[in-house]
Amino acid sequence: METMISERVLLKGNEAFGEAAIRGGCRYYVGYPITPQNELTEYMARELSKRGGAFVQAESEVAAINMAYGVAAAGGNVFISSSSPGIALMQEGLSFICSAELPVVVLNVTRGGPGIGSIQPGQADYNQATRGGGNGDYHIPVFAPASIQESIDILYEAFAMADHWRNPVMILADGVIGQMMEPVSLPEPKEPMAEKDIPLRKPWAISGTGFKDHRSVVKSLRLQPQDLEVHVHHLFEKYDQAEKELVRYDAHDLEDAEIVFVSFGTTARIVSEVVEMFADEGIKAGSIRPISLWPFPEEAFQKISPKTKVVISAELNMGQMMKDVKAAVSGRFPVRLVNRVGGIIPTSLEIFEKSRAILGEYK
Amino acid sequence: MRPIEEKRIVAVVGHFGSGKTEFCVNFALERAKHHKNTALVDLDIANPYFRSRERRDLLEGAGIKVYGSFYKREIAAELPALTADARSAFEDDETLVTVDVGGDASGAMIVVQFYRYFTAGEYDLLCVVNKNRPETATVEKAIRYIDEIELKAGLKTTGLINNTHLLRETTIGDVEKGYHFCQEISAKLDIPIHFSCCPVPLAEDLRRRGEETGIDYRIMPVALYMRETWLDRKP
Repeated sequence: METMISERVLLKGNEAFGEAAIRGGCRYYVGYPITPQNELTEYMARELSKRGGAFVQAESEVAAINMAYGVAAAGGNVFISSSSPGIALMQEGLSFICSAELPVVVLNVTRGGPGIGSIQPGQADYNQATRGGGNGDYHIPVFAPASIQESIDILYEAFAMADHWRNPVMILADGVIGQMMEPVSLPEPKEPMAEKDIPLRKPWAISGTGFKDHRSVVKSLRLQPQDLEVHVHHLFEKYDQAEKELVRYDAHDLEDAEIVFVSFGTTARIVSEVVEMFADEGIKAGSIRPISLWPFPEEAFQKISPKTKVVISAELNMGQMMKDVKAAVSGRFPVRLVNRVGGIIPTSLEIFEKSRAILGEYK
Repeated sequence: MRPIEEKRIVAVVGHFGSGKTEFCVNFALERAKHHKNTALVDLDIANPYFRSRERRDLLEGAGIKVYGSFYKREIAAELPALTADARSAFEDDETLVTVDVGGDASGAMIVVQFYRYFTAGEYDLLCVVNKNRPETATVEKAIRYIDEIELKAGLKTTGLINNTHLLRETTIGDVEKGYHFCQEISAKLDIPIHFSCCPVPLAEDLRRRGEETGIDYRIMPVALYMRETWLDRKP
Protein backbone atom coordinates (compact mmCIF):
# COMPACT_ATOMS: atom_id res chain seq x y z
CA MET A 1 0.00 0.00 0.00
CA GLU A 2 1.67 3.23 -1.14
CA THR A 3 -0.78 5.65 0.43
CA MET A 4 0.56 8.87 1.85
CA ILE A 5 -0.69 10.45 5.04
CA SER A 6 -2.83 13.19 3.46
CA GLU A 7 -4.91 10.97 1.20
CA ARG A 8 -8.24 9.67 2.49
CA VAL A 9 -8.77 6.00 1.80
CA LEU A 10 -11.61 3.65 2.60
CA LEU A 11 -10.48 0.77 4.81
CA LYS A 12 -12.05 -2.08 6.71
CA GLY A 13 -11.05 -2.04 10.38
CA ASN A 14 -9.10 -5.29 10.20
CA GLU A 15 -7.09 -4.09 7.20
CA ALA A 16 -6.41 -0.78 8.92
CA PHE A 17 -5.12 -2.54 12.07
CA GLY A 18 -2.56 -4.39 9.95
CA GLU A 19 -1.42 -1.36 7.99
CA ALA A 20 -1.19 0.81 11.12
CA ALA A 21 0.87 -1.86 12.90
CA ILE A 22 3.30 -2.14 9.99
CA ARG A 23 3.61 1.63 9.76
CA GLY A 24 4.14 1.75 13.53
CA GLY A 25 7.20 -0.50 13.25
CA CYS A 26 5.78 -4.02 13.54
CA ARG A 27 7.83 -6.57 11.62
CA TYR A 28 6.62 -9.80 13.18
CA TYR A 29 3.10 -11.14 13.38
CA VAL A 30 2.00 -14.45 14.83
CA GLY A 31 -1.63 -15.46 14.67
CA TYR A 32 -4.27 -18.10 14.40
CA PRO A 33 -7.53 -17.46 12.51
CA ILE A 34 -10.73 -16.54 14.34
CA THR A 35 -13.76 -14.47 13.36
CA PRO A 36 -14.22 -11.46 13.41
CA GLN A 37 -10.54 -10.57 12.90
CA ASN A 38 -9.54 -12.85 10.02
CA GLU A 39 -8.96 -10.09 7.47
CA LEU A 40 -6.12 -8.87 9.71
CA THR A 41 -4.38 -12.24 9.71
CA GLU A 42 -4.83 -12.38 5.92
CA TYR A 43 -3.50 -8.84 5.57
CA MET A 44 -0.37 -9.61 7.57
CA ALA A 45 0.16 -12.86 5.65
CA ARG A 46 0.06 -10.89 2.41
CA GLU A 47 1.82 -7.66 3.36
CA LEU A 48 4.40 -8.31 6.06
CA SER A 49 6.91 -10.22 3.93
CA LYS A 50 6.77 -7.45 1.30
CA ARG A 51 7.80 -4.97 3.98
CA GLY A 52 10.78 -6.90 5.33
CA GLY A 53 8.88 -8.69 8.08
CA ALA A 54 7.81 -12.22 8.92
CA PHE A 55 4.37 -13.80 9.31
CA VAL A 56 3.73 -17.08 11.06
CA GLN A 57 0.40 -18.84 11.28
CA ALA A 58 0.69 -20.73 14.53
CA GLU A 59 -0.99 -24.07 15.18
CA SER A 60 -3.04 -22.58 18.02
CA GLU A 61 -3.41 -19.44 20.11
CA VAL A 62 -1.28 -21.02 22.84
CA ALA A 63 1.49 -21.54 20.31
CA ALA A 64 1.01 -18.02 18.93
CA ILE A 65 1.47 -16.23 22.24
CA ASN A 66 4.53 -18.29 23.06
CA MET A 67 6.05 -17.60 19.64
CA ALA A 68 5.42 -13.90 20.31
CA TYR A 69 7.16 -14.38 23.68
CA GLY A 70 10.18 -15.70 21.80
CA VAL A 71 10.21 -12.93 19.17
CA ALA A 72 9.92 -10.25 21.87
CA ALA A 73 12.70 -11.86 23.91
CA ALA A 74 14.94 -11.65 20.85
CA GLY A 75 14.10 -7.94 20.50
CA GLY A 76 11.60 -8.02 17.62
CA ASN A 77 8.54 -5.75 17.43
CA VAL A 78 5.81 -8.36 17.49
CA PHE A 79 2.06 -8.13 17.04
CA ILE A 80 -0.54 -10.77 17.86
CA SER A 81 -4.27 -10.64 17.37
CA SER A 82 -7.26 -12.80 18.07
CA SER A 83 -10.83 -12.59 19.26
CA SER A 84 -12.26 -13.23 22.72
CA PRO A 85 -11.96 -17.03 23.19
CA GLY A 86 -8.60 -16.98 21.41
CA ILE A 87 -7.32 -14.23 23.71
CA ALA A 88 -8.54 -16.33 26.64
CA LEU A 89 -6.19 -19.09 25.51
CA MET A 90 -3.29 -16.62 25.50
CA GLN A 91 -3.62 -15.53 29.12
CA GLU A 92 -0.92 -17.78 30.54
CA GLY A 93 1.55 -16.44 27.97
CA LEU A 94 0.61 -12.83 28.72
CA SER A 95 1.30 -13.38 32.43
CA PHE A 96 4.72 -14.87 31.57
CA ILE A 97 5.50 -12.01 29.18
CA CYS A 98 4.54 -9.40 31.80
CA SER A 99 6.81 -11.09 34.33
CA ALA A 100 9.64 -11.34 31.80
CA GLU A 101 9.02 -7.64 30.95
CA LEU A 102 8.77 -8.01 27.20
CA PRO A 103 7.02 -5.77 24.67
CA VAL A 104 4.20 -7.36 22.68
CA VAL A 105 1.26 -5.58 21.06
CA VAL A 106 -1.98 -7.54 21.44
CA LEU A 107 -5.22 -6.83 19.61
CA ASN A 108 -8.52 -8.34 20.73
CA VAL A 109 -11.39 -7.92 18.24
CA THR A 110 -14.03 -8.91 20.73
CA ARG A 111 -17.10 -11.06 20.14
CA GLY A 112 -19.89 -12.48 22.28
CA GLY A 113 -19.20 -14.82 25.18
CA PRO A 114 -18.88 -16.65 27.51
CA GLY A 115 -17.39 -19.78 26.00
CA ILE A 116 -17.29 -20.01 22.24
CA GLY A 117 -20.21 -17.55 22.38
CA SER A 118 -21.08 -15.97 19.03
CA ILE A 119 -19.25 -14.20 16.23
CA GLN A 120 -21.25 -11.01 16.74
CA PRO A 121 -19.68 -8.04 18.58
CA GLY A 122 -19.39 -7.84 22.37
CA GLN A 123 -17.55 -5.98 25.13
CA ALA A 124 -17.58 -8.74 27.71
CA ASP A 125 -13.78 -9.07 27.72
CA TYR A 126 -13.45 -5.93 29.83
CA ASN A 127 -12.56 -7.87 32.96
CA GLN A 128 -10.32 -10.28 31.08
CA ALA A 129 -8.40 -7.33 29.60
CA THR A 130 -8.22 -4.98 32.58
CA ARG A 131 -7.86 -7.55 35.38
CA GLY A 132 -5.72 -9.96 33.45
CA GLY A 133 -6.82 -13.53 32.87
CA GLY A 134 -3.44 -14.96 33.77
CA ASN A 135 -1.96 -15.74 37.16
CA GLY A 136 -0.09 -13.41 39.45
CA ASP A 137 0.20 -9.68 40.03
CA TYR A 138 0.53 -7.84 36.73
CA HIS A 139 -1.13 -5.23 34.56
CA ILE A 140 -1.46 -4.63 30.85
CA PRO A 141 -2.29 -1.17 29.54
CA VAL A 142 -5.55 -1.51 27.58
CA PHE A 143 -6.86 0.98 25.03
CA ALA A 144 -10.34 0.86 23.55
CA PRO A 145 -10.64 2.82 20.30
CA ALA A 146 -14.10 3.90 19.15
CA SER A 147 -13.27 4.33 15.47
CA ILE A 148 -10.94 2.90 12.85
CA GLN A 149 -8.97 6.16 12.77
CA GLU A 150 -8.45 6.02 16.51
CA SER A 151 -7.41 2.36 16.23
CA ILE A 152 -4.82 3.37 13.64
CA ASP A 153 -3.49 6.15 15.85
CA ILE A 154 -3.21 3.89 18.91
CA LEU A 155 -1.65 0.96 17.04
CA TYR A 156 0.81 3.32 15.37
CA GLU A 157 2.26 4.29 18.74
CA ALA A 158 1.67 0.97 20.53
CA PHE A 159 4.96 -0.63 19.49
CA ALA A 160 7.04 2.26 20.83
CA MET A 161 4.86 2.26 23.96
CA ALA A 162 5.36 -1.47 24.54
CA ASP A 163 9.12 -1.03 24.07
CA HIS A 164 9.17 1.91 26.48
CA TRP A 165 7.29 0.10 29.24
CA ARG A 166 8.74 -3.32 28.43
CA ASN A 167 5.24 -4.69 28.80
CA PRO A 168 2.43 -5.93 26.56
CA VAL A 169 0.00 -3.26 25.37
CA MET A 170 -3.51 -4.36 24.48
CA ILE A 171 -5.99 -2.81 22.07
CA LEU A 172 -9.56 -3.85 22.76
CA ALA A 173 -11.56 -3.24 19.58
CA ASP A 174 -14.98 -4.85 19.31
CA GLY A 175 -16.11 -6.79 16.26
CA VAL A 176 -17.92 -3.80 14.76
CA ILE A 177 -14.67 -1.83 14.52
CA GLY A 178 -12.92 -4.81 12.95
CA GLN A 179 -15.63 -5.34 10.35
CA MET A 180 -16.84 -1.82 9.54
CA MET A 181 -15.53 0.46 6.79
CA GLU A 182 -14.38 4.02 7.43
CA PRO A 183 -12.57 6.74 5.47
CA VAL A 184 -9.20 7.19 7.18
CA SER A 185 -5.80 8.85 6.86
CA LEU A 186 -2.70 6.75 7.36
CA PRO A 187 0.44 8.03 9.08
CA GLU A 188 3.91 7.97 7.53
CA PRO A 189 5.69 4.64 8.07
CA LYS A 190 8.21 4.60 10.91
CA GLU A 191 11.62 3.14 10.26
CA PRO A 192 11.59 -0.26 11.98
CA MET A 193 14.41 -1.11 14.36
CA ALA A 194 17.30 -2.64 12.41
CA GLU A 195 18.42 -6.03 13.69
CA LYS A 196 21.96 -4.74 14.24
CA ASP A 197 20.64 -2.00 16.54
CA ILE A 198 18.77 -4.38 18.85
CA PRO A 199 21.73 -5.14 21.22
CA LEU A 200 22.21 -1.41 21.79
CA ARG A 201 18.59 -0.26 21.91
CA LYS A 202 17.24 -3.29 23.74
CA PRO A 203 20.18 -4.37 25.93
CA TRP A 204 17.89 -6.77 27.78
CA ALA A 205 17.11 -8.72 24.58
CA ILE A 206 18.57 -12.17 23.94
CA SER A 207 20.65 -11.09 21.01
CA GLY A 208 23.96 -12.78 21.78
CA THR A 209 26.73 -11.25 23.84
CA GLY A 210 28.08 -9.20 20.91
CA PHE A 211 29.95 -6.28 22.37
CA LYS A 212 28.15 -6.69 25.71
CA ASP A 213 30.00 -8.01 28.73
CA HIS A 214 27.05 -10.14 29.84
CA ARG A 215 24.43 -12.50 28.55
CA SER A 216 20.83 -11.28 28.75
CA VAL A 217 18.51 -13.59 30.62
CA VAL A 218 14.75 -13.59 30.04
CA LYS A 219 12.70 -15.53 32.56
CA SER A 220 9.60 -15.50 34.71
CA LEU A 221 10.74 -18.20 37.15
CA ARG A 222 11.99 -16.86 40.49
CA LEU A 223 12.17 -19.63 43.06
CA GLN A 224 13.55 -17.51 45.88
CA PRO A 225 10.56 -15.82 47.58
CA GLN A 226 12.65 -12.73 48.35
CA ASP A 227 13.69 -12.42 44.70
CA LEU A 228 10.12 -12.75 43.51
CA GLU A 229 8.88 -10.19 46.03
CA VAL A 230 11.51 -7.70 44.88
CA HIS A 231 10.54 -8.40 41.27
CA VAL A 232 6.81 -7.91 41.89
CA HIS A 233 7.49 -4.61 43.68
CA HIS A 234 9.67 -3.56 40.75
CA LEU A 235 6.81 -4.33 38.35
CA PHE A 236 4.38 -2.32 40.45
CA GLU A 237 6.66 0.73 40.54
CA LYS A 238 6.43 0.57 36.75
CA TYR A 239 2.66 0.15 36.82
CA ASP A 240 2.29 3.07 39.26
CA GLN A 241 4.10 5.26 36.76
CA ALA A 242 2.04 3.89 33.88
CA GLU A 243 -1.13 4.76 35.79
CA LYS A 244 0.03 8.38 35.86
CA GLU A 245 1.14 8.58 32.25
CA LEU A 246 -1.21 6.43 30.21
CA VAL A 247 -4.64 7.73 31.23
CA ARG A 248 -6.70 8.73 28.20
CA TYR A 249 -10.32 9.69 27.85
CA ASP A 250 -12.78 12.00 26.15
CA ALA A 251 -15.23 13.97 28.27
CA HIS A 252 -17.98 16.24 27.01
CA ASP A 253 -20.56 18.55 28.55
CA LEU A 254 -20.08 17.45 32.15
CA GLU A 255 -20.92 20.92 33.50
CA ASP A 256 -24.64 21.16 34.29
CA ALA A 257 -25.34 17.66 32.96
CA GLU A 258 -28.40 16.03 34.51
CA ILE A 259 -27.34 12.65 33.24
CA VAL A 260 -23.81 11.46 32.39
CA PHE A 261 -23.04 8.50 30.12
CA VAL A 262 -19.93 6.38 30.40
CA SER A 263 -19.18 4.14 27.44
CA PHE A 264 -16.25 2.86 25.40
CA GLY A 265 -15.64 1.58 21.87
CA THR A 266 -18.60 1.15 19.56
CA THR A 267 -21.08 1.88 22.35
CA ALA A 268 -19.62 5.39 22.66
CA ARG A 269 -20.58 6.14 19.06
CA ILE A 270 -24.19 5.19 19.77
CA VAL A 271 -24.14 7.21 23.00
CA SER A 272 -23.05 10.32 21.09
CA GLU A 273 -26.43 10.12 19.30
CA VAL A 274 -28.23 9.53 22.60
CA VAL A 275 -26.71 12.71 24.08
CA GLU A 276 -28.22 14.68 21.20
CA MET A 277 -31.60 13.02 21.69
CA PHE A 278 -31.57 14.27 25.30
CA ALA A 279 -30.59 17.76 24.11
CA ASP A 280 -33.59 17.71 21.75
CA GLU A 281 -35.79 17.19 24.81
CA GLY A 282 -34.06 20.04 26.66
CA ILE A 283 -32.20 17.67 29.02
CA LYS A 284 -28.48 18.23 29.40
CA ALA A 285 -26.52 15.03 29.02
CA GLY A 286 -22.76 14.66 29.37
CA SER A 287 -20.42 11.85 28.44
CA ILE A 288 -17.17 10.24 29.49
CA ARG A 289 -15.46 7.89 27.07
CA PRO A 290 -12.57 5.99 28.65
CA ILE A 291 -9.96 5.33 25.97
CA SER A 292 -7.54 3.72 28.40
CA LEU A 293 -9.50 1.03 30.27
CA TRP A 294 -6.42 0.27 32.35
CA PRO A 295 -5.44 2.67 33.72
CA PHE A 296 -9.08 3.66 34.19
CA PRO A 297 -9.52 7.45 33.81
CA GLU A 298 -10.77 8.15 37.33
CA GLU A 299 -9.84 11.83 37.07
CA ALA A 300 -12.59 12.37 34.47
CA PHE A 301 -15.19 11.54 37.10
CA GLN A 302 -13.99 14.38 39.33
CA LYS A 303 -15.37 16.75 36.69
CA ILE A 304 -18.97 15.57 36.99
CA SER A 305 -21.18 18.40 38.20
CA PRO A 306 -22.92 18.09 41.60
CA LYS A 307 -26.15 18.78 39.66
CA THR A 308 -25.90 15.40 37.95
CA LYS A 309 -28.67 13.05 39.04
CA VAL A 310 -27.45 9.75 37.62
CA VAL A 311 -24.48 8.21 35.82
CA ILE A 312 -25.28 5.59 33.17
CA SER A 313 -22.75 2.93 32.26
CA ALA A 314 -23.64 1.81 28.73
CA GLU A 315 -21.98 -1.46 27.80
CA LEU A 316 -22.24 -4.59 25.66
CA ASN A 317 -21.79 -6.82 28.73
CA MET A 318 -23.43 -7.33 32.11
CA GLY A 319 -21.82 -4.25 33.67
CA GLN A 320 -18.16 -5.13 33.92
CA MET A 321 -17.00 -1.51 33.52
CA MET A 322 -19.73 -0.28 35.86
CA LYS A 323 -17.71 -1.51 38.84
CA ASP A 324 -14.84 0.80 37.84
CA VAL A 325 -17.33 3.62 37.28
CA LYS A 326 -18.77 3.10 40.76
CA ALA A 327 -15.29 3.16 42.27
CA ALA A 328 -14.48 6.34 40.35
CA VAL A 329 -17.61 8.25 41.48
CA SER A 330 -17.10 7.01 45.08
CA GLY A 331 -20.77 7.11 45.96
CA ARG A 332 -21.30 10.72 44.86
CA PHE A 333 -23.85 9.67 42.24
CA PRO A 334 -26.02 6.64 41.61
CA VAL A 335 -24.61 4.51 38.79
CA ARG A 336 -26.95 2.45 36.62
CA LEU A 337 -26.42 0.03 33.77
CA VAL A 338 -27.94 0.15 30.28
CA ASN A 339 -26.74 -2.80 28.27
CA ARG A 340 -27.28 -5.52 25.70
CA VAL A 341 -25.41 -8.80 25.44
CA GLY A 342 -25.27 -11.81 23.15
CA GLY A 343 -23.91 -9.85 20.20
CA ILE A 344 -26.88 -7.48 20.07
CA ILE A 345 -26.14 -3.80 19.56
CA PRO A 346 -28.76 -1.48 20.98
CA THR A 347 -30.13 1.36 18.89
CA SER A 348 -29.66 4.91 20.11
CA LEU A 349 -33.41 5.08 20.66
CA GLU A 350 -33.29 2.03 22.93
CA ILE A 351 -30.50 3.52 25.08
CA PHE A 352 -32.30 6.87 25.11
CA GLU A 353 -35.61 5.42 26.27
CA LYS A 354 -34.09 3.19 28.92
CA SER A 355 -31.92 5.94 30.36
CA ARG A 356 -34.71 8.53 30.25
CA ALA A 357 -36.83 6.14 32.32
CA ILE A 358 -33.95 5.72 34.79
CA LEU A 359 -33.46 9.50 35.00
CA GLY A 360 -37.17 9.77 35.83
CA GLU A 361 -36.55 7.75 38.99
CA TYR A 362 -34.17 10.42 40.30
CA LYS A 363 -36.15 13.58 39.42
CA MET B 1 -28.90 6.79 -22.80
CA ARG B 2 -26.48 4.20 -24.09
CA PRO B 3 -28.07 0.90 -25.01
CA ILE B 4 -27.22 -0.78 -21.72
CA GLU B 5 -29.84 -2.96 -20.17
CA GLU B 6 -29.24 -5.44 -17.39
CA LYS B 7 -30.06 -9.07 -18.00
CA ARG B 8 -32.47 -11.14 -15.93
CA ILE B 9 -29.66 -12.45 -13.77
CA VAL B 10 -27.31 -9.77 -12.46
CA ALA B 11 -24.50 -11.09 -10.28
CA VAL B 12 -22.38 -8.52 -8.48
CA VAL B 13 -18.74 -9.21 -7.65
CA GLY B 14 -15.76 -7.17 -6.49
CA HIS B 15 -13.07 -6.59 -3.91
CA PHE B 16 -14.31 -6.91 -0.32
CA GLY B 17 -15.38 -3.54 0.99
CA SER B 18 -16.02 -2.19 -2.51
CA GLY B 19 -19.72 -1.74 -1.74
CA LYS B 20 -21.31 -4.77 -3.42
CA THR B 21 -23.92 -5.27 -0.76
CA GLU B 22 -25.08 -1.65 -0.62
CA PHE B 23 -25.31 -1.66 -4.41
CA CYS B 24 -27.25 -4.93 -4.47
CA VAL B 25 -29.78 -3.79 -1.88
CA ASN B 26 -30.35 -0.51 -3.72
CA PHE B 27 -30.43 -2.18 -7.14
CA ALA B 28 -32.83 -4.89 -6.00
CA LEU B 29 -35.17 -2.26 -4.53
CA GLU B 30 -34.99 -0.29 -7.78
CA ARG B 31 -35.82 -3.38 -9.83
CA ALA B 32 -38.72 -4.21 -7.53
CA LYS B 33 -40.31 -0.84 -8.34
CA HIS B 34 -40.75 -1.91 -11.97
CA HIS B 35 -41.17 -5.68 -11.83
CA LYS B 36 -43.51 -7.99 -9.99
CA ASN B 37 -41.16 -10.90 -9.44
CA THR B 38 -37.71 -10.06 -8.13
CA ALA B 39 -35.25 -11.82 -5.88
CA LEU B 40 -32.03 -11.13 -4.08
CA VAL B 41 -29.73 -14.10 -3.61
CA ASP B 42 -27.12 -13.43 -0.94
CA LEU B 43 -24.15 -15.65 -1.73
CA ASP B 44 -21.83 -13.88 0.70
CA ILE B 45 -20.62 -16.71 2.90
CA ALA B 46 -17.32 -14.97 3.66
CA ASN B 47 -18.46 -11.91 5.59
CA PRO B 48 -19.60 -12.35 9.18
CA TYR B 49 -21.23 -8.89 9.49
CA PHE B 50 -23.11 -6.40 7.31
CA ARG B 51 -24.72 -8.92 4.98
CA SER B 52 -27.67 -8.07 2.76
CA ARG B 53 -29.84 -10.68 4.52
CA GLU B 54 -29.77 -8.38 7.56
CA ARG B 55 -32.11 -6.14 5.58
CA ARG B 56 -34.44 -9.01 4.80
CA ASP B 57 -37.48 -7.29 6.27
CA LEU B 58 -36.89 -4.17 4.20
CA LEU B 59 -36.39 -6.21 1.04
CA GLU B 60 -39.34 -8.53 1.61
CA GLY B 61 -41.48 -5.50 2.42
CA ALA B 62 -40.70 -4.27 -1.08
CA GLY B 63 -41.84 -7.60 -2.52
CA ILE B 64 -38.35 -9.03 -3.06
CA LYS B 65 -37.72 -12.68 -2.27
CA VAL B 66 -34.51 -13.13 -0.31
CA TYR B 67 -32.38 -16.28 -0.43
CA GLY B 68 -29.05 -17.12 1.09
CA SER B 69 -27.05 -18.93 3.69
CA PHE B 70 -29.63 -18.86 6.44
CA TYR B 71 -32.02 -21.20 8.06
CA LYS B 72 -35.34 -19.78 9.20
CA ARG B 73 -34.39 -16.44 10.80
CA GLU B 74 -30.87 -17.43 11.75
CA ILE B 75 -28.58 -14.78 10.26
CA ALA B 76 -25.60 -14.64 12.59
CA ALA B 77 -24.07 -18.04 11.87
CA GLU B 78 -20.90 -18.45 9.90
CA LEU B 79 -21.98 -21.31 7.70
CA PRO B 80 -20.23 -21.84 4.38
CA ALA B 81 -23.42 -23.36 2.99
CA LEU B 82 -26.50 -22.32 1.07
CA THR B 83 -30.05 -23.50 1.41
CA ALA B 84 -31.29 -25.40 -1.64
CA ASP B 85 -34.15 -22.97 -2.27
CA ALA B 86 -31.63 -20.37 -3.50
CA ARG B 87 -31.97 -22.15 -6.85
CA SER B 88 -35.66 -21.44 -7.18
CA ALA B 89 -34.99 -17.80 -8.03
CA PHE B 90 -32.72 -18.83 -10.90
CA GLU B 91 -35.15 -21.47 -12.14
CA ASP B 92 -38.06 -19.08 -12.62
CA ASP B 93 -37.71 -17.23 -15.93
CA GLU B 94 -40.16 -14.57 -14.76
CA THR B 95 -38.00 -13.53 -11.80
CA LEU B 96 -35.33 -10.84 -12.05
CA VAL B 97 -32.47 -12.07 -9.89
CA THR B 98 -29.84 -9.90 -8.22
CA VAL B 99 -26.98 -11.94 -6.83
CA ASP B 100 -24.82 -10.49 -4.05
CA VAL B 101 -21.61 -12.49 -4.39
CA GLY B 102 -19.00 -12.58 -1.60
CA GLY B 103 -15.86 -10.47 -1.81
CA ASP B 104 -12.72 -11.20 -3.82
CA ALA B 105 -11.98 -14.31 -5.86
CA SER B 106 -12.55 -16.58 -2.86
CA GLY B 107 -16.06 -15.20 -2.41
CA ALA B 108 -16.77 -15.46 -6.16
CA MET B 109 -15.98 -19.15 -6.20
CA ILE B 110 -19.41 -19.99 -4.84
CA VAL B 111 -21.06 -18.88 -8.10
CA VAL B 112 -19.67 -21.97 -9.82
CA GLN B 113 -22.45 -24.21 -8.50
CA PHE B 114 -24.98 -22.02 -10.31
CA TYR B 115 -23.01 -22.15 -13.54
CA ARG B 116 -25.79 -23.69 -15.61
CA TYR B 117 -27.97 -20.61 -15.07
CA PHE B 118 -25.26 -18.33 -16.42
CA THR B 119 -25.67 -18.78 -20.17
CA ALA B 120 -23.58 -16.40 -22.27
CA GLY B 121 -25.59 -13.35 -23.24
CA GLU B 122 -28.29 -14.04 -20.64
CA TYR B 123 -26.62 -12.81 -17.49
CA ASP B 124 -24.59 -9.88 -16.28
CA LEU B 125 -21.59 -10.27 -14.04
CA LEU B 126 -20.94 -6.74 -12.86
CA CYS B 127 -17.79 -5.83 -10.97
CA VAL B 128 -18.01 -3.07 -8.38
CA VAL B 129 -15.00 -0.75 -8.39
CA ASN B 130 -14.11 1.76 -5.70
CA LYS B 131 -10.97 3.67 -6.55
CA ASN B 132 -10.73 4.82 -2.92
CA ARG B 133 -9.97 1.26 -1.83
CA PRO B 134 -6.15 1.00 -1.82
CA GLU B 135 -6.18 -2.54 -3.22
CA THR B 136 -8.04 -1.40 -6.37
CA ALA B 137 -6.59 2.10 -6.64
CA THR B 138 -4.71 1.55 -9.91
CA VAL B 139 -6.03 0.21 -13.21
CA GLU B 140 -3.52 -2.66 -13.07
CA LYS B 141 -4.57 -3.68 -9.56
CA ALA B 142 -8.29 -3.41 -10.38
CA ILE B 143 -7.88 -5.53 -13.52
CA ARG B 144 -5.89 -8.11 -11.56
CA TYR B 145 -8.83 -8.42 -9.16
CA ILE B 146 -11.25 -8.84 -12.06
CA ASP B 147 -8.99 -11.49 -13.65
CA GLU B 148 -8.80 -13.44 -10.40
CA ILE B 149 -12.56 -13.25 -9.86
CA GLU B 150 -13.24 -14.42 -13.43
CA LEU B 151 -10.84 -17.30 -12.98
CA LYS B 152 -12.47 -18.51 -9.77
CA ALA B 153 -16.06 -17.86 -10.89
CA GLY B 154 -15.44 -19.38 -14.31
CA LEU B 155 -17.46 -16.53 -15.81
CA LYS B 156 -16.66 -13.45 -17.84
CA THR B 157 -17.28 -10.01 -16.36
CA THR B 158 -19.79 -8.18 -18.54
CA GLY B 159 -19.68 -4.72 -17.00
CA LEU B 160 -18.45 -2.35 -14.32
CA ILE B 161 -20.11 -0.44 -11.53
CA ASN B 162 -18.31 2.73 -10.53
CA ASN B 163 -18.82 2.87 -6.78
CA THR B 164 -16.01 5.24 -5.86
CA HIS B 165 -16.98 6.69 -2.53
CA LEU B 166 -15.83 7.59 0.98
CA LEU B 167 -19.14 6.80 2.70
CA ARG B 168 -20.64 10.03 4.04
CA GLU B 169 -17.51 11.98 3.04
CA THR B 170 -18.17 11.24 -0.66
CA THR B 171 -18.05 14.20 -3.04
CA ILE B 172 -19.08 14.59 -6.69
CA GLY B 173 -15.33 14.66 -7.33
CA ASP B 174 -15.01 11.10 -6.02
CA VAL B 175 -17.71 9.85 -8.40
CA GLU B 176 -16.17 11.70 -11.36
CA LYS B 177 -12.68 10.44 -10.50
CA GLY B 178 -14.05 6.91 -10.26
CA TYR B 179 -15.91 7.23 -13.55
CA HIS B 180 -12.77 8.22 -15.46
CA PHE B 181 -10.89 5.43 -13.69
CA CYS B 182 -13.56 2.93 -14.75
CA GLN B 183 -13.42 4.29 -18.31
CA GLU B 184 -9.79 3.20 -18.47
CA ILE B 185 -10.67 -0.28 -17.23
CA SER B 186 -13.67 -0.35 -19.56
CA ALA B 187 -11.45 0.46 -22.57
CA LYS B 188 -8.89 -2.19 -21.65
CA LEU B 189 -11.41 -4.95 -21.01
CA ASP B 190 -13.98 -3.82 -23.60
CA ILE B 191 -16.89 -3.92 -21.17
CA PRO B 192 -19.32 -1.07 -20.41
CA ILE B 193 -19.81 0.91 -17.22
CA HIS B 194 -23.35 0.04 -16.17
CA PHE B 195 -23.74 2.45 -13.27
CA SER B 196 -22.09 5.18 -11.29
CA CYS B 197 -23.25 4.99 -7.71
CA CYS B 198 -23.79 8.19 -5.84
CA PRO B 199 -25.08 9.02 -2.37
CA VAL B 200 -28.75 10.03 -2.61
CA PRO B 201 -28.13 13.66 -1.49
CA LEU B 202 -25.61 14.16 -4.32
CA ALA B 203 -27.60 12.51 -7.11
CA GLU B 204 -29.20 15.70 -8.45
CA ASP B 205 -25.86 17.54 -8.51
CA LEU B 206 -24.24 14.63 -10.32
CA ARG B 207 -27.04 14.56 -12.90
CA ARG B 208 -26.50 18.26 -13.59
CA ARG B 209 -22.75 17.74 -13.74
CA GLY B 210 -23.32 14.98 -16.28
CA GLU B 211 -25.42 17.30 -18.44
CA GLU B 212 -22.72 19.97 -18.33
CA THR B 213 -19.97 17.57 -19.30
CA GLY B 214 -22.00 15.42 -21.66
CA ILE B 215 -21.48 12.26 -19.61
CA ASP B 216 -24.30 9.81 -19.04
CA TYR B 217 -23.33 8.40 -15.65
CA ARG B 218 -26.34 6.06 -15.43
CA ILE B 219 -26.64 7.23 -11.84
CA MET B 220 -27.62 4.72 -9.19
CA PRO B 221 -28.53 6.81 -6.14
CA VAL B 222 -27.39 4.76 -3.18
CA ALA B 223 -29.00 5.05 0.24
CA LEU B 224 -26.81 3.49 2.91
CA TYR B 225 -29.35 0.88 4.02
CA MET B 226 -26.68 -1.33 5.56
CA ARG B 227 -25.07 1.38 7.64
CA GLU B 228 -26.36 2.45 11.04
CA THR B 229 -26.11 6.22 11.45
CA TRP B 230 -23.91 5.90 14.56
CA LEU B 231 -21.19 4.23 12.49
CA ASP B 232 -20.45 7.67 11.12
CA ARG B 233 -20.42 9.47 14.45
CA LYS B 234 -17.14 11.01 15.44
CA PRO B 235 -16.52 9.38 18.81
